[in-house]
Amino acid sequence: MVMSKKMSGASSLVKSLESAGVDVMFGIPGGAILPAYDPIFDSSIRHILVRHEQGAGHAATGYAQVTGRVGVCIATSGPGATNLVTPLADAAMDSVPMVAITGQVPSNAIGTDAFQEADIRGITMPFTKHNYLITDPDQIPRAIAEAFYIASSGRPGPVLVDIAKDALQKETDFNWPKELSLPGYRPQLEPINQSILDAAALIAQSSKPVLYVGGGAIKANASKELIQLAELIGVPVVTTLMARGVFPDSHPLHFGMPGMHGTVGAVTALQKSDLLITLGARFDDRVTGKLSTFAVNAKVIHADIDPAEIGKNRFADVPVLGDLKRTIAALIPAVKAEFAKKAPDYSAWNASMNKLRATYPLGYDLPKDGSLSPQYVIERLSAITGPEAIYVAGVGQHQMWASQFVKYENPRTWLNSGGLGTMGYAVPAAMGAKVGAPDTPVWAIDGDGCFQMTNQELVTCALNNIPIKVAIINNESLGMVRQWQTLFYEGRYSNTSLESKRIPDFVKLADAMGCIGLTCDRPEDVDAIIKKANSINDQPVVVDFRVFKDAMVWPMVAAGTSNDDIMIAREMAPDWDSQEL
Amino acid sequence: MSKHTLAVLVENSPGVLARVAGLFSRRAYNIDSLAVGPTENPAISRMTIVINVESHSLEQVIRQLDKLVNVIHIAELKPTESVQAELILVKISATDKNRFDVDAVLETYDAVIVDESSQTLTIEATGDAAKVSDLLNALERFGIRELAQSGLVGIERGSSSLAERTLSVESIPTAESGQADYQN
Repeated sequence: MVMSKKMSGASSLVKSLESAGVDVMFGIPGGAILPAYDPIFDSSIRHILVRHEQGAGHAATGYAQVTGRVGVCIATSGPGATNLVTPLADAAMDSVPMVAITGQVPSNAIGTDAFQEADIRGITMPFTKHNYLITDPDQIPRAIAEAFYIASSGRPGPVLVDIAKDALQKETDFNWPKELSLPGYRPQLEPINQSILDAAALIAQSSKPVLYVGGGAIKANASKELIQLAELIGVPVVTTLMARGVFPDSHPLHFGMPGMHGTVGAVTALQKSDLLITLGARFDDRVTGKLSTFAVNAKVIHADIDPAEIGKNRFADVPVLGDLKRTIAALIPAVKAEFAKKAPDYSAWNASMNKLRATYPLGYDLPKDGSLSPQYVIERLSAITGPEAIYVAGVGQHQMWASQFVKYENPRTWLNSGGLGTMGYAVPAAMGAKVGAPDTPVWAIDGDGCFQMTNQELVTCALNNIPIKVAIINNESLGMVRQWQTLFYEGRYSNTSLESKRIPDFVKLADAMGCIGLTCDRPEDVDAIIKKANSINDQPVVVDFRVFKDAMVWPMVAAGTSNDDIMIAREMAPDWDSQEL
Repeated sequence: MSKHTLAVLVENSPGVLARVAGLFSRRAYNIDSLAVGPTENPAISRMTIVINVESHSLEQVIRQLDKLVNVIHIAELKPTESVQAELILVKISATDKNRFDVDAVLETYDAVIVDESSQTLTIEATGDAAKVSDLLNALERFGIRELAQSGLVGIERGSSSLAERTLSVESIPTAESGQADYQN
């Protein structure tokens, strides 16, 4: 018989978190969660006291994206919990395994509009994979065990466990469950053999296939298998915003990112393809453009762990439900067997795509006034720091440039808020990433707009020995919105100017937060300043790169239009007539 | 647009109705009726949901519904392969003068009088959607004062049961130490 030990619900919670393998969590205490903070004081779990709960949530996400483990954040009831709403929605959109613990008002006060009461379970139902309200302390270990299992299995996602204060205070027995009973939750990991065979047959029959790879390939740790499959088939590979790094940028089969700001090669390869070999991607509107005009001649193999993604936006001729690592591993021998029967000939397709890629590489014009080009800064940052580092972006122009101009070679080295598009993601997510990978350089590439939303977590970084580096791409405006105003609103810059590169003074702000502040506004200083920042490893560093504010992200497929209408610069489409497609 | 009836077995846990209703609302699925009640197993509730969808998106509705952790099983109840019924309680104007006519209608539809006053009769009837609709049409001429109608419930014909087919679920071992790599 297992001896159970009498303890408080709070101690049971902390023991449960320890039993679930938690080594770090990000949070802020408050009234309702306060009982839990007493045993946290003695726990082996490292608790990092953040400055805003949103920071705790994104830090948990950053930690999870880098390590593949479940990120954990903790907050009190009411405003503490509602401040986690954005990170939870963010984690749901980007399939990040995360567990959020929140305190709730005592069970007899629930529903009375008590002080700091908010129905966080109700609020977060739409964008958590599952959530709990626990009022019985005996249920705490089971809820925590289930939360970690649900968050990390199948398609990963956030799970919230809301615990009433009295459940934390009451005495209970701690019993870590030996098994879980979740009759309604059975992720199917093993793909059905017939769908693998069907997929392989379709690949062999196709003449213009493309590997359309999404973030699921990173979640499934399928990078190695993916490279093998791609080399076996030998056709263009595109990696979505969420998948950057899962397939090396330097690989000759890599065509870059598809979508609204994708390369001409990647966008066109999808568009002209006759078979999309879709691996852990979800036909997001930012990839497809106007859906009815997307890759109209292509059949679709759609491999995903989430059955609801298959056929959601685009009909799948061959659906393959299962874990992507296992799916790709099973596809390799199946495709080999098909190719042994009849060797495919993709040479014409590859030749035309290679020519297109060579004709339209990513590029940018340097500002005519000699000011600093944001793309140049990011390109140099990547070249000097290298592909072993981790890059974390906010949302906007700098995010797209960071996806385009940083050269990624490894999975889990590129973090951004892809689905929800959360401005302010970069600094806290970089903090979490650095905690998860303390020996790896972590660069946040942030906009000046984004940075002003969440920079307070640099205080957390400074005080907790989390030496991240932040490159502020400071164009004194909300650059992406400004770009849309330039293109679609006749240059009427309504409320997108942040008005000054001096206010706030980011160098002084960095200094005030215990960080090293550097500034750079001349192209000739970029390399030296990046090297200087890279040499500082005992303190967070903030570099204020004061850049040209009229730079734009190209190529671009305007929202709601067809990928066929991709523009490589303002009012400039690729010269399709000279291409044989 | 076409109507489909789904039988949904869910865990009998707090919030499950909100989860299902919220899913339908946020994904803009049209719900015609929803009935929830206990089953032979106290741990499980059963929802019967009538939805109005384009036929190609029924599968999407089912898959999204199935992602809810508390949803155990979903089956489409085809009209020809299931028994379906809804319940109505209807208060009509009735006096001694037309009582004979009312009785004739009630007899045709197997409806019963469950309450009466000097000017009204309250009638209870059950049946599939067509029968209930016909009955209401027949009662219209007496004057319908108030109508309470349940959602549709349904059950498959034949000897098999949804619960038998779905509840042989093995449990999941928890990680011995640290976090299991559940994905791989």
